[in-house]
Amino acid sequence: MIEFHDVCKRYATGQEALNKVSFSVEEREIVFLTGHSGAGKSTLMKLIMLMEKPTSGEVMIAGRNLGRLGSSHVPYHRRQVGAVFQNHQLLFDRSVFENVALPLQICGIHHRDVARRVRAALDKVGLLSKENALPISLSGGEQQRVGIARAVVNKPPVLLADEPTGNLDPELSAEIMELFRQFSEVGVTVMIASHDIELIKRMNRRVLTLEGGQLTHDGAMW
Amino acid sequence: MSKKTQGAKMSPAKNASKDLANQRGAVQSQTPFGQKFKSWRQHHRISAVSSLLRLLGMPLQTIMTSLVVAIALALPTTLFIAINNVQSLGDSWDASPKISVYLHTRAREAAIEGFQKELSDRADVKSVEYISPKEALASFQTMAGFGNALDLLEQNPLPPTLVVTPSAQAATPAGLAALGQSMSKSALVESVDMDMDWVRRLREIMVLGKKIVTILASLLGLGVLLALGNSIRLAIESRRDEIVIVKLVGGTNGFVRRPFLYTGAWYGFFGGALAVLLVELGHQSLAESVASLAAAYQSSFALAGLSLFDNLSLLAVSTFLGLFSAWLAVGKHLNEIEPT
Ligand SMILES: Nc1ncnc2c1ncn2[C@@H]1O[C@H](COP(=O)(O)OP(=O)(O)OP(=O)(O)O)[C@@H](O)[C@H]1O
Ligand SMILES: [Mg+2]
Repeated sequence: MIEFHDVCKRYATGQEALNKVSFSVEEREIVFLTGHSGAGKSTLMKLIMLMEKPTSGEVMIAGRNLGRLGSSHVPYHRRQVGAVFQNHQLLFDRSVFENVALPLQICGIHHRDVARRVRAALDKVGLLSKENALPISLSGGEQQRVGIARAVVNKPPVLLADEPTGNLDPELSAEIMELFRQFSEVGVTVMIASHDIELIKRMNRRVLTLEGGQLTHDGAMW
Repeated sequence: MSKKTQGAKMSPAKNASKDLANQRGAVQSQTPFGQKFKSWRQHHRISAVSSLLRLLGMPLQTIMTSLVVAIALALPTTLFIAINNVQSLGDSWDASPKISVYLHTRAREAAIEGFQKELSDRADVKSVEYISPKEALASFQTMAGFGNALDLLEQNPLPPTLVVTPSAQAATPAGLAALGQSMSKSALVESVDMDMDWVRRLREIMVLGKKIVTILASLLGLGVLLALGNSIRLAIESRRDEIVIVKLVGGTNGFVRRPFLYTGAWYGFFGGALAVLLVELGHQSLAESVASLAAAYQSSFALAGLSLFDNLSLLAVSTFLGLFSAWLAVGKHLNEIEPT
């Protein structure tokens, strides 16, 4: 589902963020992405989201080479990839409900179905009671969960989560992980960037480790 | 779907898993075309209403921008109306051209009578009116201010005059010229005043005036384009974060563009409505004095304003202008905003 072939990414500043990274993730697999701060985890996810383009190498999603995707196809590609961003990326002048509804409105879902599906997604992250709140009035962990609800509301085949549990207590983290596990069971490919070694150990899944932009480990951890 | 509505904890795992499984089929399946069209219309409606509400939410900025549009449109429109009025004034003269034929002062009455009869028998002449020097003097004296001046003269200086009204077929520039020429050949005739030269000149001036107004209108239109483009640029800038997020979750350029296009169209619409108002106010304030002036000259001339069709056209042009400037501004600025 996700394939990287010798992918290098050098930013305009000259910073080498990824160096000859190759791996492949199957459908309905869950993989963790670890590495020190600045190792290139977010960069890797931005390549999948087409927020950045690789300097060399190929990124393939669902068998499609992203390098050959015309700019008019980029929005449709992004609808196939739900993303939880490290910095949340919420609209602060819209309610929680409207934030989560955005991907559905963009796809042109009828507003009756929108309400039903938004509430289902909010229910899954435990925020149904906050649907009318503004994100600014929520805690960091709650904002993070709004981001998660928005990423899954459209039921995309690929789910990327950049530090999704960074602001959550262990119990809530475990529940979010359980949610991701359920997603993979219904066919979603899930990639999670995380520093939380304890959590990764407990999940006991495949782990990709980046060090200074290079993939140094690929497989089960310990 | 879980009915649990409160608390930070999530629904039981098994239910959630089943929900997701149920929902998944729906996303991947193709949405039928009718449904797509409906949702497209839905987004148009939402964009139109929300951009209108946004504009009404900042009335000062909206009024200022609309006023710029209104003035830029009202100015050339008013000039066009003025030109059309002057032209219709000229045309009404044109419709019944008269030729004044001035005869020699020493021409004898009998000869004049013969010449008058000769002229009125021509096919290209409808009627001939004779104004004797005495009559001419009398009508001059009834005009205020002239009476005393004419008393100083020992002799009547006015020539006998024949006022020739050409027939309908001859009332063309070429026909009139031919008629004038053949009349001036007579030994009795001192000079022929075509009365037409100034009408023709007026018409030429009006054509020139229209050209100038067209250029002015184009320049002002360009000004509207720039002013509205700037307003749209500010609107885009103030919603930069929103645009980034919409693009991140898969919003197409069309989706992102739509509200801004409506913003431009609304600015144009308000500007057009204000322009209609300004022009109508100007017309109202002038119409009365023009009417009394026309009455003083026994003319039925009335100052023409804009018809309903003209007003609707002005509104449509203005709305389109707003839409177009938004389209230009959006094309230029939206591509610069990409998520990073
Ligand atoms: N837009 C950018 N321009 C230039 N350099 C960048 C940019 N984004 C990231 N980098 C650099 O690329 C490297 C990898 O950054 P990245 O954000 O991928 O790290 P990360 O693994 O996500 O770190 P963290 O755990 O802190 O989020 C860093 O050295 C960073 O400074
Ligand atoms: Mg990061």
